[in-house]
Amino acid sequence: MKDAKPSTSLSPWIVLTLIALFALLTVAPLLWLENSEFPGADALAEEAIQEIAPDVEPWFQPLWEPPGSETESLLFALQAAIGAGFIGYFFGWQRGRKEAAPTGRRGAPPA
Amino acid sequence: MISKPSLRRRTMQIATITVALSLLATRPAHAMHIMEGFLPWPWALFWWLMTLPFWIWGVRRLVFLMRERPETRMMLGVAGAFTFVLSALKLPSVTGSSSHPTGTGLGAILFGPAVMSVIGSIALLFQALLIAHGGLTTLGANAFSMAVVGPFVAWGVWRMMRKRSLWLAVFLAAALANLSTYVVTSAQLALAYPDATSGFIGALMKFGAIFAVTQIPLAISEGILTVLLFNALQSNAAAELRSLGALENVA
Repeated sequence: MKDAKPSTSLSPWIVLTLIALFALLTVAPLLWLENSEFPGADALAEEAIQEIAPDVEPWFQPLWEPPGSETESLLFALQAAIGAGFIGYFFGWQRGRKEAAPTGRRGAPPA
Repeated sequence: MISKPSLRRRTMQIATITVALSLLATRPAHAMHIMEGFLPWPWALFWWLMTLPFWIWGVRRLVFLMRERPETRMMLGVAGAFTFVLSALKLPSVTGSSSHPTGTGLGAILFGPAVMSVIGSIALLFQALLIAHGGLTTLGANAFSMAVVGPFVAWGVWRMMRKRSLWLAVFLAAALANLSTYVVTSAQLALAYPDATSGFIGALMKFGAIFAVTQIPLAISEGILTVLLFNALQSNAAAELRSLGALENVA
């Protein structure tokens, strides 16, 4: 990768290619394996452990469990929303700060 | 691309191998956190004790950052938020099951591995308490794999590679952090549940061979997402990156 230089960002084309590659990696399994429901590997891990050690019993139960998959997906969405929300807030804040800066140049952040 | 016969042939070969492997992998992969109560208590305790020093180190580092360099707070938030988003995304993989990225590589690059041992564990705690994903007894083990080993691998790869190529370093740091997290998870399970005949190595090979196929595409995805966010930071927050030393000694 000779094109990487210290303070240059990636070209828009490379960014688009990377986004496309990520989309491809995520969508390809869905198209390839039509008969799978893509269950979470952790739910299946219980079965696999019980295959190796049939008499194993979990010795501790979760303090609280979502009543069903709908509530579970709600909480996963909440987790993602908190993270994505903050990242969006950060970039908006950066942009606003840059526009408010008197020189208009990308300089050191105000003290 | 399609017009080049050799490339096309290779693509077909890779596709065939991938499909063949996915058919072989009838046993689902252990590609996520270890469930509540599923580690025998001596192992649960062992991993808690292994992780504890890193939490202490990380908390001291965080206290230092907050006190001496309060201007880094927003970037700390970004590192934490990235882990929150990524560990909530269950992505489909070629084995027909889903697993998720960890998001710990970026924070390790920006703040070093100790800080991420705390931040990654907060994401794990959220999932253990609210989603019954992972658990409290297994928090030590899950934190050791995702919040200790992953960030340390990312940090080491970053330090070794950054002089050669910035983008390759970011990509590999994140991808290998992801991969090493699940290698450690496999080892933890194999230690607790060795195979009756082939022992620890046998169990490790069994878990490892299968989960590697699940996790490799996701590790690549995680590397790509981390490069994209690092690029966005470089375009919009270069001063912050520089003040954290993340653009020093890079190619």
